[in-house]
Amino acid sequence: MATLTDEERDVLAAIQDGLPLEPEPYRVVADRIGMSEERVLAVVRSLLEQKKIKRIGAVPDHYALGITANGMSVWDVPDDRATEIGRRLGDRAEVTHCYRRPRRPGWPYNLFGMVHARSREEVVAAVERIARELDIARYPHDVLFSTRLLKKRGTRVLRGAPAAPDPQ
Amino acid sequence: MPGTDATVEIDDTDRLLLNNLQGGFPVTHRPFAEVAATLGLDEAGVIARLRRLVETGALTRFGTILNAPQLGGERTLAAMHVPPDRFDEVAALVNGLDAVSHNYERTHHFNMWFVISSEDERDIQRTIDTIERETGLTVINLPTLEEFFVDLRFTF
Repeated sequence: MATLTDEERDVLAAIQDGLPLEPEPYRVVADRIGMSEERVLAVVRSLLEQKKIKRIGAVPDHYALGITANGMSVWDVPDDRATEIGRRLGDRAEVTHCYRRPRRPGWPYNLFGMVHARSREEVVAAVERIARELDIARYPHDVLFSTRLLKKRGTRVLRGAPAAPDPQ
Repeated sequence: MPGTDATVEIDDTDRLLLNNLQGGFPVTHRPFAEVAATLGLDEAGVIARLRRLVETGALTRFGTILNAPQLGGERTLAAMHVPPDRFDEVAALVNGLDAVSHNYERTHHFNMWFVISSEDERDIQRTIDTIERETGLTVINLPTLEEFFVDLRFTF
């Protein structure tokens, strides 16, 4: 990938499936790819600063842990308020992904906020709470539930290895 | 989608780890020791619990969440209305396209929602053209105009 240096690619390829669960995980990675631990630490810090890595930590399987309902809340808000409302929507703890997208014929909604919860009822309640607390209940909105996952292959950032979970 | 019950049981200490470790893991020589000290646990215990959480499937992994858009490549969200009697046939066609990374059936007139992603941005329009040509249906292309930062953390 043009946007990664060789060093960055080596480090990412070595850690993107998981950090070694060892007392000195970055040293283990360094030994594996023939780099010094100091260099691995510097590269990882730089990848975080450049936001190529969003964050490092536990990646829960929220389905396994019972957070099984996912609703795509969609909102038709005035264009001149879309950025401001989008920011506030994205700030909500209930919202896991938030985007502004274009309207299309038959599709009037320009803001999308994914809401995950333990049940559909909880998702609906969360959307109603958000509408009320952000004072956007008067704008047309809807919640689309997924009824079937038809395909999921993950986005491959580095050849041969899985990467981040996808936003939708 | 799957049922409403958790398939993995976790205890209060697991919950403490999950709720505090979904980001901000130190990039230092002994990171687990630092985390353990913050949470009032010991290093070996934290490592042992994280290993078990990965083994039981409570964690997909312990490590990095990459920021795909910063790493190159293009993606879009697309949707279409598929008549119910053609749904499976169209799903098979869409799923068979390499650039389609995700596909969901959803509760709306637009009942099929898919993500198209590729390192080559021309693949996105090509994929949409192929679907429209092969199915005779209209695809609405909803590319991201603006992404609002969210900190994707769950509370367990």
